[in-house]
Amino acid sequence: MCDTCGCNITPGNREFAYKPVNGTTAVAVLKSLLARNDDQAIHNRQHFDRQRLLTINLMSSPGSGKTALLEATIDALRNEYRIGVIEGDLETENDAKRIRAKGVPAHQITTGSACHLDAHMVHEALHQFPLAELDILFIENVGNLVCPASFDLGQHRNVVLLSVTEGDDKPAKYPVMFRAADLLLLTKSDLLPLLDDFSPARAEANLRNLASTVPVMQLAARKALGLQPWLDWLRSELAWQRARVDRGETVRPRPQADGAQLHEAAK
Amino acid sequence: MHELSLCQSLIDQVQQLALTHGAQSVGLVTLKIGPLSGVEPVLMQHAYPFASAGTLAAESTLVIELAPLQVRCESCGAETEAEPSRLVCAACGSCHTQLVSGDEMLLMSVELITAEGSNHV
Ligand SMILES: Nc1nc2c(ncn2[C@@H]2O[C@H](COP(=O)(O)OP(=O)(O)OP(=O)(O)O)[C@@H](O)[C@H]2O)c(=O)[nH]1
Ligand SMILES: [Mg+2]
Ligand SMILES: [Zn+2]
Ligand SMILES: [Zn+2]
Ligand SMILES: [Zn+2]
Ligand SMILES: [Zn+2]
Repeated sequence: MCDTCGCNITPGNREFAYKPVNGTTAVAVLKSLLARNDDQAIHNRQHFDRQRLLTINLMSSPGSGKTALLEATIDALRNEYRIGVIEGDLETENDAKRIRAKGVPAHQITTGSACHLDAHMVHEALHQFPLAELDILFIENVGNLVCPASFDLGQHRNVVLLSVTEGDDKPAKYPVMFRAADLLLLTKSDLLPLLDDFSPARAEANLRNLASTVPVMQLAARKALGLQPWLDWLRSELAWQRARVDRGETVRPRPQADGAQLHEAAK
Repeated sequence: MHELSLCQSLIDQVQQLALTHGAQSVGLVTLKIGPLSGVEPVLMQHAYPFASAGTLAAESTLVIELAPLQVRCESCGAETEAEPSRLVCAACGSCHTQLVSGDEMLLMSVELITAEGSNHV
C-alpha cells in the first residue's frame, strides 16, 4: 500500500488494486489530471479563510470590462470594505497601475505565455500581499474564455463577465467557462441601444441551458449604471463567507463535481 | 486546453507511481475524459509521446475512455444524455439538472511492469 496510488481506495475499487499478473500490475489511481493545482488551491483557500476574507475570481474574454468593474466597485465600496486586487495578464503592469491609482493594493502577475492563472502563481502572489488587512480580494484572471475555468485558484466564487458587444451566444459556445459562473454579469449595458442583435434574455436562456440557476445582472461600470445589485451580491457573499468561516466551513466555486466524478469513476 | 502541460503532469504522476512501486516500465495508462472537462482527447494523444519520451513511460500506451455526458433531472428524476451546450433534461425539458458524468479528467489506472519477483512497495 502507498500514498501515491489508490490501492483499495474504496471497496468498489478493490478489484483494480494491486494484483501482480506475470509482472504486470494495474493500479487504480482515480486522480484528477489537475491534482497538483487543486491541492495548491485548497492551501490558498486556507490562507483566505484564516483571514476571513472573500476571494472572487473574475473571468471573461479580453476587454469585457473586468478592470473597469473593479475601478467602479472600489469607488462605490471605498468606505465600507478594504479591497485588494491580484491582476493576471500576459504582459504589462497596466491593470495593477489602474487599481493602485484608486488607492488600493494591487499585485500584478505577468504570466508571460500562459493564458490563465494557476494556483501556484496565486500562492506566490498572496505571500507578498497584505491579506490580513483586507475584506475582499479580487483576482482578475487573464482575459480568456477557455482555460481559466479549469484552474481552481482557491477563490470562493467565480464571476464571469460577458460584454454585450460579444454576442449572446457565448454561453452556448463556451459551456466549460459559463458553467463555472456563480454570477453572470452582462457588462457595457449602456451600449445595448446601439446593438440590434444582443438580447439579454437570450444570453440568460443560453446560460440556463447549461443547467445553471445563478443570478444574471446587467451593468455598465463606466457609466456607474446598474451597480447596486452587484454591490449587494458582494455584501451578502462577504457576510456568508464570514458566517462560514466562523462555523469552520469553506466553499468552493462552481462547478463542484469532484465528488460526482470520483463516485462515477469508482463504479 | 493545455494538453502538453497536462500530459507532462500526467507523466510526472505516472513516473512517481512507477518509482514508488519499483516498476521498470509502464504498459497502459488509462484516462477518463468528459466533453465538459475542457480537455481535447485528440490533442492529449498527440502530446503524449513528447511528454513520455525518456521516462519510464516511454513505451507506454495512452488509452482514453470517453465519458458520456449525462444529467440527472431534479424535477422528474430521469437520467438522460445531454450535449455540452444543452444540459437540460431530455425527458421533461427542465434545466434543473445535475451533471452525473461528463466533466471528468481523471487518471484512472496505470499498468506497471515489474520484473518477476521484485516487491510491491
Ligand atoms: N461603453 C462602455 N465601455 C466600457 C465599459 N466598461 C469597460 N468599457 C471599455 O471596455 C474596454 C476594456 O475595458 P477593461 O476594463 O480594460 O477590460 P478588461 O476585461 O479588464 O480587459 P483585459 O484585462 O485586457 O482582459 C475599455 O476601453 C473600457 O473603457 C462600460 O460599462 N461601458
Ligand atoms: Mg483588465
Ligand atoms: Zn500502491
Ligand atoms: Zn491557459
Ligand atoms: Zn502558503
Ligand atoms: Zn426531467
